Amino acid sequence: MKQLKVDAINNGTVIDHIPSGKALAVADILNLSGSNEVMIGINLNSKKVGKKDLIKIENRELSQEEVNSIALIAPSVTLTIIKDFEVIRKAKAEIPESIEGLILCPNPKCITNSEKIKTKFKVTDEKPLQVRCHYCEKKYKIDEVKIRI
Amino acid sequence: MKNLISMRDLSKEEILYFMEIAEKIEKGDLNPNMDKKLAALLFFEPSTRTHFSFATAMKKIGGQTITMRGTSSSSVKKGETFADTLQTIAQYAEIIIMRSPTEGAARYASEVVDVPVVNAGDGANQHPTQALLDLYSIIKTQGTLENLTIGVAGDLKFGRTVHSLVQAMSDFNPKFKFISPSFLKMPAYIKDDLNEKNIEFEELSEIDEKINELDILYVTRIQKERFADPEDYEKVKGSYILEKSMLKDVKKNFKVMHPLPRVGEISTDVDNTEFAYYFPQAKNGVYMRQAIIAILLGGVK
Repeated sequence: MKQLKVDAINNGTVIDHIPSGKALAVADILNLSGSNEVMIGINLNSKKVGKKDLIKIENRELSQEEVNSIALIAPSVTLTIIKDFEVIRKAKAEIPESIEGLILCPNPKCITNSEKIKTKFKVTDEKPLQVRCHYCEKKYKIDEVKIRI
Repeated sequence: MKNLISMRDLSKEEILYFMEIAEKIEKGDLNPNMDKKLAALLFFEPSTRTHFSFATAMKKIGGQTITMRGTSSSSVKKGETFADTLQTIAQYAEIIIMRSPTEGAARYASEVVDVPVVNAGDGANQHPTQALLDLYSIIKTQGTLENLTIGVAGDLKFGRTVHSLVQAMSDFNPKFKFISPSFLKMPAYIKDDLNEKNIEFEELSEIDEKINELDILYVTRIQKERFADPEDYEKVKGSYILEKSMLKDVKKNFKVMHPLPRVGEISTDVDNTEFAYYFPQAKNGVYMRQAIIAILLGGVK
């Protein structure tokens, strides 16, 4: 019999189908260093995608904003919200049209880096994912920017 | 329209509306009266010409101006936030005209204050009033903005003015010839935009290479400081200097434009030809800025 490598959780969120190697970046975005129990699986075998990463977070339901922030680096993820061992909701991360407060503008001359302003970015292209700063109007590939909640 | 921040915000129709109002003001068919209106000119970066042009425009439509220069004279140094500085000035003036080295500063200002904001240049980002006056100069000399062949020469990598111009002309089916040293070429993101819009362009390295095909040649300054080795500058600078002898077979409607100041990239013997248009272009800037201020202040019905 096949054994589950990671225990099922009682209440919380399972983030599945994270591209292999991106789990730690996702954990970083979600700021998982708090007091919740977190299990991170890296390079797990997957029938669908070959190798994948997976994160289980006990006792935390992710907000839509948080889900969207994951989509920026791992658009393929699926989320399962669990309550009393039952799946109560499944969600897919969707790339939003505009992103507020999540991305730091890499342009040192951008006003968002000298004043306390919530950053705003518009998604201009999906493949590869590119965003444009609402203020300085510079366009960046998603791996050129820093993502923060 | 409340603010003028970026050419990206303007539709083709809005661009043409600015042209129409500037023309009516120039011809005297429209005389906006901005009596008792005060424009605050916030210049956090030195720019004598742009400041002078805006001040002239405001005065010619009967308004007045106050000027704040640099960050040293302001309370910014005392630790006041930029937002507070702006909100205070918005209590005094009916319109804020702002130049800043910080990119996005004018956009942010427009979100903080209730009065209209005009972007008079924000770092390497946008300079929409320059783009509009350039378009006005083109339409005046060519009778149209559509289907023109435009040469753009000089520092195409760092030149905010040429980026705005190329962007602004993109709605009007132009053909571009980009003329620059190899390391000052038009940036990839601008060329990507042009490819996406199926706009034809080619890159050249001599200013007179295809000059006879052009309707407009827009010349900009190449700053010596951009060159790592001053000798390289001396070697290439001749390729980007326009001389009268190059104009023998140009089209009849051909015009040379330049945002000024020039530092030798257009030989002075060009000045007395029918093709020189850079000084009238500066004058057009005043008409265009009169139009912009009047429109934003609701003075054009």
